[in-house]
This record gives sequence, structure tokens and C-alpha cells, in this order.
Amino acid sequence: MIPWLNPALEQLFVDAAIETLTMVGGAAAVAILLGLPLALLLYATGPGGLAQNGLANRPLGLLVNAVRSTPFIILMVAIVPFTRLVAGTSIGTTAAIVPLALAATAFIARLFETAFREVDRGVIEAARAMGATRLQILVKVVVPEAMPGLIAAVTVTLVSLVGYSAMAGAVGGGGLGDLGIRFGYQRFMPEVMASVVVVLIVFVQGLQSLGDWIVRRIRRR
Amino acid sequence: MSAAIATPGTLPGETAIPEAAIRLTELRRHFSTSGSTLVKALDGVSLSVAPGEIFGIVGRSGAGKSTLIRCVNLLERPDSGSVRVLGEELLGLDDAALRERRRGIGMVFQHFNLLASRTVADNVAFPLEVAGVPAAERKTRVAEALALVGLAEKAKNYPTQLSGGQKQRVGIARALAPRPKILLCDEATSALDPETTQEILGLIKTLRDQLDLTVLLITHEMAVVKEICDRVAVMERGQVIEEGRVFDVFTRPAHPTTRRFIADTIGHSIPPGTVARLPAPGAGEARRLLQVLFAGPNSTRSVISEASRRYGLDLNIISGRIDEIAGEPFGIMALAAYGAPEQIEAALAWFAELGLGITPIPDSAVEGH
Ligand SMILES: Nc1ncnc2c1ncn2[C@@H]1O[C@H](COP(=O)(O)OP(=O)(O)OP(=O)(O)O)[C@@H](O)[C@H]1O
Ligand SMILES: [Mg+2]
Repeated sequence: MIPWLNPALEQLFVDAAIETLTMVGGAAAVAILLGLPLALLLYATGPGGLAQNGLANRPLGLLVNAVRSTPFIILMVAIVPFTRLVAGTSIGTTAAIVPLALAATAFIARLFETAFREVDRGVIEAARAMGATRLQILVKVVVPEAMPGLIAAVTVTLVSLVGYSAMAGAVGGGGLGDLGIRFGYQRFMPEVMASVVVVLIVFVQGLQSLGDWIVRRIRRR
Repeated sequence: MSAAIATPGTLPGETAIPEAAIRLTELRRHFSTSGSTLVKALDGVSLSVAPGEIFGIVGRSGAGKSTLIRCVNLLERPDSGSVRVLGEELLGLDDAALRERRRGIGMVFQHFNLLASRTVADNVAFPLEVAGVPAAERKTRVAEALALVGLAEKAKNYPTQLSGGQKQRVGIARALAPRPKILLCDEATSALDPETTQEILGLIKTLRDQLDLTVLLITHEMAVVKEICDRVAVMERGQVIEEGRVFDVFTRPAHPTTRRFIADTIGHSIPPGTVARLPAPGAGEARRLLQVLFAGPNSTRSVISEASRRYGLDLNIISGRIDEIAGEPFGIMALAAYGAPEQIEAALAWFAELGLGITPIPDSAVEGH
């Protein structure tokens, strides 16, 4: 696979890549699943929203901001008890998904909310004039109309998660970032470091291009 | 044209006659912007629109037109007043009942407001989907609505692939798909070029005749009113300042704002150079510039030569033409009248007696005297 690595290192490399994919994929899946309703709630209860409600909006917004403003490395350590509760352990790849998912949920919720806000108010007004309920407006108008923005938000989140997942090595999460630190840096094996960097660049580029391509496809129609 | 319009007795305030399709009474809506200033967007507006009628509302930007039309389906709730649509007061309804009534009131928007994520057919299907119409029936109704606006072949396209005029046709098809009795148009043609505007106005008129719709239409262009409306209300600062049959409002505008609006479409101004070249009045004589509008039974009488003889005036015809509103012809003439001041006044009174519309034209050259 990677000709300049010996078979043992190559195996480590493949394992690490799978761990990165697991962390990024797992965290992103949770973030989308939780972030979408959270963003809809933030959007609907927000100022000028379909179900404007400051009492619900402000605490939610504060919570999201709190998570977003905590540096990831601190967040990871701070929520160890919660991680243990959810994952049964606080170390390893699965455990690392918990703080990653939490950070990504807050991150993507704000991006989704922004995408919803960009939906033309006129279109929403038209739906109201046609007798749509608020739920119908959210499901049939706001979400589909925001789709290009939502896809772009998922892309940005995935790319950020690749970066964050490298830090998850600190709690034994493994992954390419961890491999790079342990072998490339601590054991001074530049070829490992170079491979990690190249693979991460290709991975991120691939994600970005895929995301952009989907957005373009949706927008073109 | 529907039967309802043939009875010109259905004017607001008059009794009996079938219930108006839309009856707005004493609507008030105030907005407090940035604390101190209070905007009276609607300041006691009453209107009634007869079934089958195309009713226009004109006014400058900020007059309160959009606020008014949005009150008809309660997109905007008035602070006070009454909103009766098809004989029913809407203000007392709960949310579910209101949504149900909104489905019977189609609305068309200046910027079309189509869903970019849906095809033309799916856009038209939207109001039916929302109303819970089964898929099979939805399909036939969408096809029917698209056929009405002549866009059947664009069913599978997305809105971005259409021209402005086509988008508005989709907007109209979408508004009509649930078979409403009422169509609200908020500046439906303001984003379109003049030719496309004609096309869309023609379509609205045809559809009104075909489907027996009642149309309430908002515009800032008198030309639109002249083109398709039966009656018109002129709004200014949240109030209706003039209202009546389009022909009457055009030929005998009472309010200065209305006159200014009309001047834009059937203008009576005379170029200053032309005024400068007119002969000056002789000693003891006055000169008056007038626009005379010929409409009604006396419009075919030879009033100019008659006035000249009766009052000893020299009447110099500067320009003249014939126009038409809703099939009724009228003539407009710009005159320079020379003669004894009291004779000119007497002639003007006689013109007015004959039912001709007289509008003075400012005469810069003579005003100094
Ligand atoms: N939601 C709102 N909040 C505050 N002020 C408003 C609101 N809606 C309308 N207004 C004010 O009410 C007045 C009437 O607005 P409206 O949109 O009805 O005017 P309009 O006649 O439709 O004008 P235009 O031709 O520009 O569309 C304006 O002064 C406007 O600024
Ligand atoms: Mg408006």
C-alpha cells in the first residue's frame, strides 16, 4: 500500500486510518442526528422565527455556545465522567467519539441554523399563505430549501472532525494523528509523519470536493 | 365578465345586493419602529370587493398596500377592524380554521416565492400536499393548473430554468391549484418587463373570466389598473383617499395624488418650449392652459367651437388624442384659451356642466402677471 513503510508499520497505518474513519464517521453521524433537530429548534424559537420563544431559545443558545467556546482538548477531559457513562469507558476509539460528537453537534447546529436563516422569507410567507402548518413549513420548505447550505455545513464539520480526531489520541482514541505523534514525532520516523500528513490532506481534499460537488448538483437545478 | 360586475350597484356601503367577496372594515395596523416613531401602515381602511371583480389598489411605496392585502388572509393581523371573506369574519377563527380558509385564497407575489428545491409541478402541488389532497388527484389538478397558465411542458423544470414571466405563471398556477374563489396579487408584475407584464395581466383577466375569480390586486402603476381593473382604490399614508370605477377615477380624479398618478399614464403636460412659443395674451386678455377630458354623453358635441362662439374666446388646440379604459373611449385635449378673464371662467363652468373633466395646466409664462 505505502511502499516506503515496512509491513508492520503498514498494518499500524491501516488500523489508524480505520480508527480515524470510525471517529469522524461516528461523531458526524451523531452530530447530524442531534444537530438537525437542535438547529430547527434554535431556528424556530429564534427572533422572528415560526414559533418565537425566547424562554426556550436563550438557554439552548447558551448551551451551544458554551460547548463551542470550550477548547476541544479541555472539553474532552472535562466530560470524562459523561463519556464513561455513555461509552462505558473513557479511553479508546469508541470513547473518543463521545467528546467529538458533542463538539461537532454544537458546531453543526449553529451552521445548520445559519443555513435555515438563509431560506428566503418570501417562500415561507408563501407557504403560510397556502395554509401550511408550522411543522409543514419546517419539513417541506425550510429543510429542503436549505439543503445546499446543510450539505456545506456537513462538509465543514467533517473536515473539522478530521482535525479534532487527531487530538483524540490524547485519550487513547488512536487514529492517524496519534500514529503521526507517536511514531513520526516521538520515535522520529519522518516517513510515517509524511505519510500521515499526505493521507490526511488527500482525505480532507476528497471530502471537500465531494461536498462541493453535491452542493453544485443541488444548486444547479 | 361575471354577472356580479354587470350590477354596478354593489358599491361599498350600499345595502342588500349579494355579500361582498372581500369586505374590510376600519382596518388599523400600527408599527412602532425603533422605539419612538409610530407608523400608521393602515389608518382606518374600509373596502369591499364584489364577487368576480378585479379590484386594484394603487399607492406610492410605503402607502400600506402590502399591509392591507396581507390582512385579507391574515398574514398580517390588524390591530382592529374586521376582515370578512366570502361572508365570514376571519379574525375570530382559530389557527386550524384559518389555515383552511387560506387554502381558499390564492396569493401571487412580486418575487414569485417559488421553492427552488422543487420542480414546477411539485411547486404547484405544494398547496394540495399541505391540504392533504391524495397523490392521484394532486397529479390531475397540477396538470390542470399548469394547462391553465400554458406551462404544461415545463412541469419537470426547476424554477431557476424559467424566465420571470414563466415563474409568475407557475406562481399563478400554484395559487389556483386549490381552486380558490379569491386571488390576491401583491405587485405581481412589478418584477417583469412591460411586455411580460401585459402577458401576465392578460392571463389574470382571462382566468378571472374563466374561473369566476375575485381578484384583489396591488400595484404602484396606474397603467396596470387601467389595463385590467374594474374598480380602484388609491391609498396614501395608510388611508384610502379615493375609490371608484376605474373609468370614473381616471376621467374625474378628485384627489391631487390621484391626479398625479394618472398624469403618469395619460399625461397632459405640455413641453415648456411649446408653452414659451404660444402667443402672449393681448391687452385686457388672459391666457389659461387646460386639459379637457371628453367622456360621457357630451363627448361627441362640438364643444370647442361652441365655447369659442358663446364666450368670445380664442381656443388654441395644442394637443389631443383618444384613449380607452375598459373598452370605454375618452378624448384628452390640451388647450390654450385666450379671452376676457370672466369669459374664460364662464366657459370653464360650462365645460364642467357638460360633464367634461377640466384640469388646469400650470402656465409658467403667464403666472407672473
Ligand atoms: N413588519 C413591519 N414592521 C415595521 N414597519 C412595517 C412593517 N411592515 C410594514 N411597515 C411599515 O408600514 C408602512 C406600509 O408598508 P407596506 O409594506 O404596506 O407599504 P406598501 O404600500 O406595500 O409599499 P411598497 O410599494 O414599497 O411595497 C411602511 O412605512 C413600512 O415601513
Ligand atoms: Mg408592498
